[in-house]
Amino acid sequence: MNLARGARIILAKELRTEFRARELLSTTIVFVLLVIVLFSFTFDPTSAESRRFGPGLLWLAFLFAGSLMLQPSFLREQSNDTLASLRMAPIEPFAIFLGKIAANLFFMLLAELFLLPVFAVLYNVSIVPVFGSLTLVLFLGTLGVATVGTVLSAISVHARMRELMLPLLLLPALTPVLVASAEVTAGLMAQPPVLNTEGLLLLVIFDVVFLTAAWLVAEYLLEE
Amino acid sequence: MSTTPKASRSQTIHWLGSIGVIALMTVAGYAALFVAPEERSMGLIQRIFYFHATSGMTAFVAFFLCFIGNILYIVKRESRWDWLAVSSAEVGVAFNTVVLVTGPIWARPVWGIWWTWDARLTSTFVLWLLYISFLLLRTLVDDSNRRAVVSAVFGIFAFLDVPLVYMSIRWWRTQHPQPVLFGGPGSGLDPQMRAVFYTCWVALLGLMTLLIRQRYRLEALRHEVQELRVQVETQ
Amino acid sequence: MSAPHNAADPALGIAFQEIEKRYGDLFALRRVSLSIRPGEMVALVGANGSGKSTLLRVAAGLVRPSSGRIEFGTRSIAEGPYGSLALRRRIAMVGHSIMLYDALTAEENLSLFGQLHDLSGLPALIRDGLAAAGLAQRSSSLVRTFSRGMRQRLAIARALLSAPGLLLLDEPTTGLDVQGIAWFTDTLRRLRRGGCTIVMSTHGPSEALRLATRAVRLEAGRVAADSAKGAELTSMLDFQEN
Repeated sequence: MNLARGARIILAKELRTEFRARELLSTTIVFVLLVIVLFSFTFDPTSAESRRFGPGLLWLAFLFAGSLMLQPSFLREQSNDTLASLRMAPIEPFAIFLGKIAANLFFMLLAELFLLPVFAVLYNVSIVPVFGSLTLVLFLGTLGVATVGTVLSAISVHARMRELMLPLLLLPALTPVLVASAEVTAGLMAQPPVLNTEGLLLLVIFDVVFLTAAWLVAEYLLEE
Repeated sequence: MSTTPKASRSQTIHWLGSIGVIALMTVAGYAALFVAPEERSMGLIQRIFYFHATSGMTAFVAFFLCFIGNILYIVKRESRWDWLAVSSAEVGVAFNTVVLVTGPIWARPVWGIWWTWDARLTSTFVLWLLYISFLLLRTLVDDSNRRAVVSAVFGIFAFLDVPLVYMSIRWWRTQHPQPVLFGGPGSGLDPQMRAVFYTCWVALLGLMTLLIRQRYRLEALRHEVQELRVQVETQ
Repeated sequence: MSAPHNAADPALGIAFQEIEKRYGDLFALRRVSLSIRPGEMVALVGANGSGKSTLLRVAAGLVRPSSGRIEFGTRSIAEGPYGSLALRRRIAMVGHSIMLYDALTAEENLSLFGQLHDLSGLPALIRDGLAAAGLAQRSSSLVRTFSRGMRQRLAIARALLSAPGLLLLDEPTTGLDVQGIAWFTDTLRRLRRGGCTIVMSTHGPSEALRLATRAVRLEAGRVAADSAKGAELTSMLDFQEN
C-alpha cells in the first residue's frame, strides 16, 4: 500500500538523519530538564504539592519542547528543496506527513521516557507501579502533539516570524491534550494511583480527529 | 458612490439591514434593562448576562461560518470563500472579546472576583487565542493564494478543536469542581427571562450578519482594486 | 498499485493548455499553450524570470497552475500529476536546487529516491548510476562534503535512476566542468535513443543543446517564439549578446 510504504521510507530517512546528527534529541532533553528545574524554583514543593502541580508542569514542559522541536520538521526540507523530490515521488502526500509524525513521535517519546525517571526523582513521585499506564498516556498525548505540530510546521514554514508562529499556533490548539494528559498523569501519580479512562478517551478522540484531518488536508499543505 | 443597479440594490439592502439591526438591538437593550424580571440575588448587573452568554453563542456561529468558508475555499478555490472566512473570524473574535470583557464586569460586583477559571470562560479564552492566531497567521503570509490555503487549513483545525476544547475543559472542571458562577448551563430560566434571552440573541445574530457583510464587502473591494491595478500595469 | 518497473518507459508527451500562474500581483506564466510530442527534445530559452523554471515545475506537478490544463499522453489533468501516482513514476526533474539531503550519503540519497519510486534491483542501479556519474569513490560520503559539480552530477544521476519517460531539466549544466558536461551530453544522447521526452531550460549556450530538436523562447511568462512554428532553431540557440 502506497501510504504505508511511503511513510515507512520517510520515517527511516528521518530517523537516520536525526541519529546521525543527534542535535534535536539532546537539545530537547536538556530543554525539558531546564524547564522542570526552573519551575521548581517558583514554589517550594512538599510531596503533596508536587503530586498536584508536577504532572501539569511536566506536560507543559513537554509541550514547550515539542513546539520548538517540531519546527525543523518541514523547515529542513526547504534547504536544497528536498520537499520537491518527496512530492514528486509516487506516494500519497499524506505519507510524507505520516512518516514525519511517526519520527517526531518517536523522538519526543524517547526524550519523555528518559525524563520521566528524572522527574520522579526531583519531585518525589513514584512511577514504577504505574509505568505501563504512564507510557500509554505519554504515547496518546505525544501523538496528539506530534500530529498537530507536524501539520503546523508545514504551515508555519510559509509565514514570516516562523519561530514564534509555531508555538503561537500550537499551544492553544493543544489545550485538550494538555488538560487531559496532565489530569491522567496526575491521577497515576496520586496515592493511591487511579487510571482516568475518560481522559484517555479524550486523547484518543483528539488523535483520531486530527490524524484524519491531516490526511484530508495533506496535499493542500504541500502545494505551491 | 457607484450607481449600477446591482450596487444600488446592495446599498438599499445595507441600509435596510442596518436600520433593522439597530431597531433589534434597541429592542433587545430595552428588554434586557426593563422587561426582564430582576434577578433575586444579583441585582441590576445580572442583566449583562443577556449579552454575555449570547455573545458567546454568536461568536460560535461566526466561527462556524469561518469553518464553512475554509472548507469551501479548499474545495472550490474561489476567493470569496476566503473573504467569508476572514470576515467571520474577525467578527467572531470581536464577539468573543465581549464575552471575556463582560465576564469580569459581571463577576466583580457580584462575586468579588475579576476572573474565574470556569469551564465556559476558560474555553472562550482558548478559542479567542486560537482565532487571534488565525488572524495573526494571515498577516504573516505574503502570497495571497498561499495565505488563503494555509489559513483555511489552520481554520479547519481550529474549528475541529472547538468541541474538544470545550469537552476537555468541562471534564477538567468536573475533576476539580468549583462553585458554579454565571448561572450554569440550562439553569432553569424563567420564561420571561428566556424570551428576553432569545430576543437578545436574535439581535446579536443580526449585528453579526451586518458586520460580516461589511467586512466581506471590504475584502471584495480590495480584491477589485488589486485586479484593476494589475490590469492597468499589464497594458 | 503497479509493480515496480525499471525498463525505460516509452516517452511521455505533454501538452500545456492556456496555463496561467499568478503569485499575488505577479504573473509568472500567462496563457502558455505548448504541445510537446513524445521523444522530442525541447530547449526552453529565455532570460531569468521569463517563467522557464515555473513552467518546468508546473510540468513536474510541483506548482499548481492558477488556471489551464495539462495533458500527458492521452490523460487530461487540470492541475498536473497530483492525483496520478502512475504519472509521477515516469517524470523526473533536475531542478534549480539539487533536491538532495546534505545529511545523507550519495548512496543513501539514491536509495531513498529509488525506494520511494519502488524500483527493483536498486543496489545495482545505484552502483551503476554512481559509477556513470563518476561518483563511485564518494558513494559513502555525505553530500554536504561534495563540491558544486559533484552535487550537480548526483542530482542528475538521481533523476536518471527511474528511467523516466519525461525528463525536466532546469539549467542542468550549472556547476559542471567540461568532463561533467560531456558525460551529461552523452547521457542525453543515450536517453533520446532509448525514447525519452526531454525539456531543458537554459539561458546560455551549452554543448547539450546540439541535441535539441526544437526551441521555445519564453518572455515575461509568454511563449515568444517556437521553432516548431516557424522560428529558426539554430538562431534561437545562438544566444547573441545584444
